[in-house]
Amino acid sequence: MSTTPATSSTSRTDQGQIGSLAGVHSDSDRELPAHPAQPVMEAKDLNVFYGDFHAVHDVNLAYGRNEITAMIGPSGCGKSTVLRCLNRMNDLVAGARVEGQVMYHEQDIYAKNVDPIAVRTHIGMVFQKPNPFPKSIYDNIAYGPRVTGMKVDNMDDLVEEALRGAALWDEVKDKLKQSAYGLSGGQQQRLCIARTIATKPDLILMDEPCSALDPIATARVEDLMLQLRNDYTIIVVTHNMQQAARVSDRTAFFTARPDETTGNRTGLLVEYDLTSNIFSNPSDKRTEDYISGRFG
Amino acid sequence: MSVATTTAARTVKTTVATGKSRDRTTVSLVFLVALWFSLFFGVVVLLALIISTATKGAARFDMELLTNYTSLVSPETSGFRAGILGSLWLMLFTALFAVPLGIAAALYLEEFADSEKWWNRLIEVNLQNLAAVPSIVYGLLAVAVMALMGFSDSGTVLGGSVALALLILPVIIITTREAVRAVPREIRDGSLALGATVWQTTWKQTLPAAIPGIATGTILGLSRAIGEAAPLVIVGLAGSIRFDPEGLMSNATALPMQIYSLTSQSQEALRQAASAAIIVLLVMILGLNALAIFIRNKFQRSW
Amino acid sequence: MSSNSSSGAGSSFGTGLPPAVDLRAKSRPGERVIRIVLVASALISVAITFGIILALIEPVIAFFREVPFGDFFAFEGDFAVLPLVTATLMVTVIALLVAVPLGLGAALYLSEYASRRSRKILKPTVELLAGVPSVVYGFFALTFVTPTLLQDILNVGVGFTNALAAGLVLGVMIIPTIASLAEDAFSAVPHALRQGSFAMGANRMQTSVRVVLPAALSGVAAAVVLGMSRAVGETMIVALAAGALKNFSLDPREGMQTMTGFMAQTAGGESPVGSLDYNNLFAVGMLLFLITLVLNMVSISFVRRFRQVY
Repeated sequence: MSTTPATSSTSRTDQGQIGSLAGVHSDSDRELPAHPAQPVMEAKDLNVFYGDFHAVHDVNLAYGRNEITAMIGPSGCGKSTVLRCLNRMNDLVAGARVEGQVMYHEQDIYAKNVDPIAVRTHIGMVFQKPNPFPKSIYDNIAYGPRVTGMKVDNMDDLVEEALRGAALWDEVKDKLKQSAYGLSGGQQQRLCIARTIATKPDLILMDEPCSALDPIATARVEDLMLQLRNDYTIIVVTHNMQQAARVSDRTAFFTARPDETTGNRTGLLVEYDLTSNIFSNPSDKRTEDYISGRFG
Repeated sequence: MSVATTTAARTVKTTVATGKSRDRTTVSLVFLVALWFSLFFGVVVLLALIISTATKGAARFDMELLTNYTSLVSPETSGFRAGILGSLWLMLFTALFAVPLGIAAALYLEEFADSEKWWNRLIEVNLQNLAAVPSIVYGLLAVAVMALMGFSDSGTVLGGSVALALLILPVIIITTREAVRAVPREIRDGSLALGATVWQTTWKQTLPAAIPGIATGTILGLSRAIGEAAPLVIVGLAGSIRFDPEGLMSNATALPMQIYSLTSQSQEALRQAASAAIIVLLVMILGLNALAIFIRNKFQRSW
Repeated sequence: MSSNSSSGAGSSFGTGLPPAVDLRAKSRPGERVIRIVLVASALISVAITFGIILALIEPVIAFFREVPFGDFFAFEGDFAVLPLVTATLMVTVIALLVAVPLGLGAALYLSEYASRRSRKILKPTVELLAGVPSVVYGFFALTFVTPTLLQDILNVGVGFTNALAAGLVLGVMIIPTIASLAEDAFSAVPHALRQGSFAMGANRMQTSVRVVLPAALSGVAAAVVLGMSRAVGETMIVALAAGALKNFSLDPREGMQTMTGFMAQTAGGESPVGSLDYNNLFAVGMLLFLITLVLNMVSISFVRRFRQVY
């Protein structure tokens, strides 16, 4: 599956319309190697500090191509921090410092000569709260290609393609010039996904993308994620274990370890495996406790 | 029963049973009245000010007030044409100098500067300080700036606008920063995550979203500037000018300047004219404030 | 259309080889220029402060070359500044006597008693007072407060110009300054403190006076000091209503010239640039700037203290 060439966006949309809501997509038919054979991105000995506070300790993780990797764990375990390191969004936090490497296409994105803006054009991000710009639906999509100077033959086509890719076209095609704020929360979040794929990224990072949505909107976004897996690599942070179980191929479980002297909690990676293994047969006691709801 | 419980029981009886709140004791009520008095004392003074001034100036609410020049020879038909036009010119150039500069400084401080760095904290303290420097001192500064730029004439439109622009610059920076800060972090994150640079994000997202707040702050700053006389006295604007301003280097006067110079005249007719001019000035300021409120209510987005 | 353009990103996955991705830092000359412009604009605010000091210093040095220090800091003589300072103090004290109780009272009402909705209307009402130009207040002091209120109604034997009328009106003008900063401080007091007080049976007044007010003391101090700074630096009210003659007196019913009043009078006169009178103006201006600078710094440090505590 991971080597199947991309299907066209039109057929993806068709699937989306027919495709039912969550739970139906079983991943059992996907046979994946125990470790990502050809990781698209790899964090090596990643440590994050905010000032003196050690937020994340020694994370090593390889993300497989055209897979959905979920990062789960109790709050404060550093999963979102790790995610924000992968497209250098942490650069924008005053006092944040990252040590270790994040390898992407054989380059460390934290190397000195790397442009964080170039990194972000290849690695898109969808946030917790839908954050459309206070502009029209059309302009929300066209914004990314415009600011990055992408060569676009026909912007109208690109907008349509991105909206179809995010399974939103049929709902908004008649009101492209209207404000994005008129959309429902779930539509707004799919608009944010459309906005991200309009810039043709390689990876899409999602930071608890459904935590502000109702169950039906959540199901549609999850559905969309499974379709997007054909063309993109997705890394998703979620506090919702069922969601991780439903959509992800692999799951990384993080936890927080309190410092004995300062009481600060440092996040670390406990276990990383195929999602089916994590949920059926975790090898670490802490994972098992969390999965079974005893903790967190 | 202990003493404490008896007292408590009595209190309960008097308050709960009678329904008489402890907030309704005589002392509390006197205190509340005192607070009401503090709140409305200012309004009463303001009303007294407007009524006494309006009655004094009532005889002069005519067109000549707006179209004539000030005259000590025929005070009954004296007008404030030069001052009104002068004030409008001053406002125009004050805005042209202060607004771009203030917005640029505010954008740097909010969107680019690292607030942990000592020099940015210095700028911060400095701004708070400048906002409280007496307006008359800005007049002295403007005199020095004008001399530095090689302009030796005093009392020009340029000198007055420079003084007022320096005066309202901190106000504009502070209100712009507040407006920019009110734009949620998520909008910036969304833009940056798409590969936009910090400047693109600022220019295309943050700034447009902050425009209503910036406009409101700027207009309020200008409404402060239009009533200022102290710095204009220092840069040499005279109250006695009897011609329209013709350009940046032209001598000019301003409405508050004319009010100042007529107030110290002893002729009753001139004081009457000054009263009427005050009403004109207050109407101009009220108009600016109404505009600011209108913009705020109409365009302000609540996130 | 879609199959072509979407495969741009998609097809590279199929090859199994990572596409070459250029992550090298780009130079963005336009952005550099913009950044420099923005930094320069921000630095202008610092430049203004130094500009003020530089603007004042040259004429001040010229002034003290001709007039000895002792003649400036003296109670009598052509260049004596101390009568101006005492007059400024007199007017400021009267203004604070009006503005501190009223400003704090208004702030307490707004933060402790008013509902959210009524605060939305009442707060701008108090702030209206700050929107009136000071020359208008000056006119009011001279033509209404002195002749009508003080002389006719209250029968106080005041002169045509006097410190009392100027101080009273100035006090009204700085009410919003004190009220707005004090209200910030009162609102910053944590609700837990109030609830603790209410839980012990205290009523609203007791809570306001015995819990909120002491807890916000540094904020109240900041408000009073800032109000003082405003009063010291205010010009047009005192220029019109306090008097145009140096007068070392402790009687508020007399006319007396303040520092700012002196500056306005000198600048409005015909003293040529570089003359001794003109330089005297700058010497007084420098003293005024330094006094307000110290007051502002004190106020800012008090503000910082109450922001830190809560």
